Amino acid sequence: MSIAIQADLHVAHSDEHEHHDTSGNTLFGFWIYLMTDCILFASVFATYAVLFMNTDGGVSGKDIFELDFVLIETAALLVSSITYGVAMICAKHQKKAATLGWLLITFALGCVFIGMEVYEFHHLIEHGNGPDRSAFLSAFFALVGMHGLHVTAGLIWMLIMMVEVLTTGLTNRSVTRLSCLSLFWHFLDIVWVCVFTVVYLLGAL
Amino acid sequence: MSHAHSSHDVGDFAASIKSYVVGFVLSVVLTAIPFWSVMTHQFDHATTIWVVVITAIVQIVVHLKYFLHLDFSKEGKLNTFSFLFTALIIVMVVGLSVWIIYAANELMM
Repeated sequence: MSIAIQADLHVAHSDEHEHHDTSGNTLFGFWIYLMTDCILFASVFATYAVLFMNTDGGVSGKDIFELDFVLIETAALLVSSITYGVAMICAKHQKKAATLGWLLITFALGCVFIGMEVYEFHHLIEHGNGPDRSAFLSAFFALVGMHGLHVTAGLIWMLIMMVEVLTTGLTNRSVTRLSCLSLFWHFLDIVWVCVFTVVYLLGAL
Repeated sequence: MSHAHSSHDVGDFAASIKSYVVGFVLSVVLTAIPFWSVMTHQFDHATTIWVVVITAIVQIVVHLKYFLHLDFSKEGKLNTFSFLFTALIIVMVVGLSVWIIYAANELMM
C-alpha cells in the first residue's frame, strides 16, 4: 500500500511539473474573464443606481425589502464560501471523500440561496410587482436576477465537478477546474456583498 | 522522508483552514454590523449610510485577501493588478454614469 501511495505521489508530482504552466495560465485566463464579468455587473449596478427612484407610483425598495429574509440569504452564501474553501483545501491535499462532502454542503447552501431568491421573485410578481411594473423593478430584477443566474450556473458547474471527482478522482485537471470554480464562487460572494449593500440595505433606509 | 512530507502537509492544511476561518469570522462581523445598524435604526440617516458603505468596502477587501488570495507576491501580482485596473474602470463606469444622469435630471427639473 505504501508503495502504491509513493507511486501515486510520483505520478501526481510529475504531472504537476509538466502541466504547471498551463494550470497557472488557465487560472489567470479565468481571472481575466471574471474581471470582464465584474464590468458587466458594474454597468448593471450603474443602471440600478440611475433608475431606482423611478417607481412610477408603485412600490419602492422600502416597501418590498424584508431584511431578515435577505440576512438568511446572505448567511447561506457566506457559509457556502467557507465550505467551498475547505473543499478546495481538501482537493489540494488529495482527500477525495472530504472534497466531495464539502462540495455537497456548498451545493446545498447554494440551493438554499437560489430557492429563497426564486421565492422572493415569485412573491413579488404574484403581488403585481413584476419587472414590468416600473423602472425600479426592472432594474431590481435585472441586477438581482443576473447574480442569481450566475449562482445557478455555478451550481450546475459544481454538480458536474462532483460527478467528475467521483468518477475520475482528483486529477491535476479536475483540481485546476475546481480552482476556477473557487474563483467564480468567491467572486459571486463579493458581488452579493455589493448587492445587499446597494440594493437592500441602502434601499431599505 | 515520507513522514516529514506528511507532517508538513498537515501543517499546511491547518494553516490554509485557519486563513479561511479568519476571513470568514471577519466577514460575519462585517455583515452583521451593517444589517444591525439598518434593522435597528441605531444611527441617524447619514451615519448609517457611511457605516454600510465602509463595512462593505472593508468586507470586499477581506474577501479578496482571504478567499481569493490576492496579494503582491511574484505569482499573484498579475491578478492583483488586473483587478486594480478593473476597479478603476468600475469606478469610472458607475461613478461617471451616476454623475451624468443625476446632473441631467437636475437640469431637466
